Formats: sequence, C-alpha cells, structure tokens
Amino acid sequence: MFLSGVSYLLSTADPHRLPSSIAREDEHLLVAAAKKGDTAAFEELVNRYESKIFRLTRNITGNREDAEDAMQDAFLKAYAHLDGFQGDSRFYTWLVRIAANEALMRLRKRRPGQLSLDEPIEGDADLMPRELEDWRPSPEREYAQAEMQGILAEVIEKLEPEYRIVLVLRDLEELSTQETADALGISVTAVKSRLLRARLKLREKLNRHFRQGGTN
Amino acid sequence: MNCKGVIREVSNYIDGELDLTIRQELERHLEHCEDCALILDQTRKSIEILCDSEPIPLSADVQSRLRAALRDKLSKKPA
Repeated sequence: MFLSGVSYLLSTADPHRLPSSIAREDEHLLVAAAKKGDTAAFEELVNRYESKIFRLTRNITGNREDAEDAMQDAFLKAYAHLDGFQGDSRFYTWLVRIAANEALMRLRKRRPGQLSLDEPIEGDADLMPRELEDWRPSPEREYAQAEMQGILAEVIEKLEPEYRIVLVLRDLEELSTQETADALGISVTAVKSRLLRARLKLREKLNRHFRQGGTN
Repeated sequence: MNCKGVIREVSNYIDGELDLTIRQELERHLEHCEDCALILDQTRKSIEILCDSEPIPLSADVQSRLRAALRDKLSKKPA
C-alpha cells in the first residue's frame, strides 16, 4: 500500500531547501527499490520533489489548475515508466523532463498555435537594455520571503512562455543547456538565444523593484 | 567588442561558455564600460535571486488527490 510504514530516511519537514543540483546520496537507492515494487520508496521520492515539481509546472503553465494536473500526471507517468529509467541522468532530471512535457502540453492546449520554442528569433534590436539604474544594496534582503516569492511569481508570469520555460528549466531547475534542449526538443542554439533574452528580461523586470529610490 | 557584442554574449559569459579570446575581449570592454558592467552584475544577481526562490507547497487537498491517484495506480501495477 502506498502510504504504509516507511523504512527509508524520510524527508524533513522542509525538504525544499535541497538544491536541485545536489542529489541526496540515497536517491538511486530509492529509485532501485521503487523499481522492485517498494511503494514506500516511491512515496519518499514524491515527498521530496512534489513541491519543486509543482513550482515547475506552475511556472510553465502559469495556471494553478493545469499545474496541479501536470504535476499529478508527471508522477503517475514516472511511476508507470520507472522500468525505462536507465539511471544515466539523475532521477530528478528525468522527472523534470516528464513534468515539463506535461506542463507544455497543457500550455499548448490553452494557446493553440501560439507557442513556438524553436523558431529563430529575428534580429537583436530588442536586446539592448533600456533601463539602467543602480540597485539598492542587497535588495533581496529588504523583502520578507513571501513578498519576494510574490515578486518572482509575478515577474516570471509576465515573461513570454517561450522565454520563461527555458529560464525555469535552465536556471531554476539547473538543467544543462543540452538537457534543456533535449527536454524541449529544440537546438542548443535556440536554448541559448532564448535564455539570453529571458535573463535580460528578468533583470529588467526586477530592476523596477530593486532600483534605488524604488518602492520596496 | 562594443556594447551590443557584450550584451549578445552576456549569458554565455555568465555560464562560462565563451572561448578565451572572446572572453578576454569582453572583459577588456567591461573594464571601461560602466553600463555593461552594471548589466552583467544585475543579470547575475537576478539569476541568483531566481535560484533562491522557494518551491510551492501543495495544499492539503492537492496532496491528498495526488496520493489517491498514485495509490490507485500502484494497486493496479503488477509486482
């Protein structure tokens, strides 16, 4: 049974401080056990990653309901296809790819024909940043955690999907450029050009919050 | 390298993906261009702030739906 007694090292009450680039040493043990049918081991993987995967699907879809469905289906698919996971990447990276696909599918349903991840970006006239102002020293420390989360959520949501998806996979989930390209089925060049624009747009949007004399 | 060239490469520079020659050209430009240095610094800072963002805790309702769906799936998967 899924929620039966658990004999693994359980996640702490605050599992989300785990940076995605750092695998817990026992992740591969949990995956191996889950493959053999140990449901408590799979439960532990869900416990560890559900809030991170939800953040990912929320950031990609920009919609709570779609994000919940995408997250749930990602875990269900991961479990169904666990035998196919070869272990040549981290389990978490594999899970991120599944979740990103689920989220993208839902985003495309809501915006049919509007989302293009691999079309070349014409010209670079829009590249030069327009707003150049000094920021207050350590502006991030001036905000309560919840307030900063609100700012980031708002800023990410305002980015065009083709930029925010790449930004989220590359910088937040810390996938490599190649892994991001593979996850989205686009070229490394397309990832890089979108990432450049996404990062510059992120800076510009945060500038409105962090510039000297701005409100906090 | 001019300002436009720096901005075009700023993301690759942050990721350490530039060839030595281009990196040196870019760094020479940064030594005398305050605007480009500011953009680089703030772009880096923006990425750091993004990386520090917290995962989103699930509501009890969503958590229980996820577990019910998984339990259903697990009960159907052959051992």
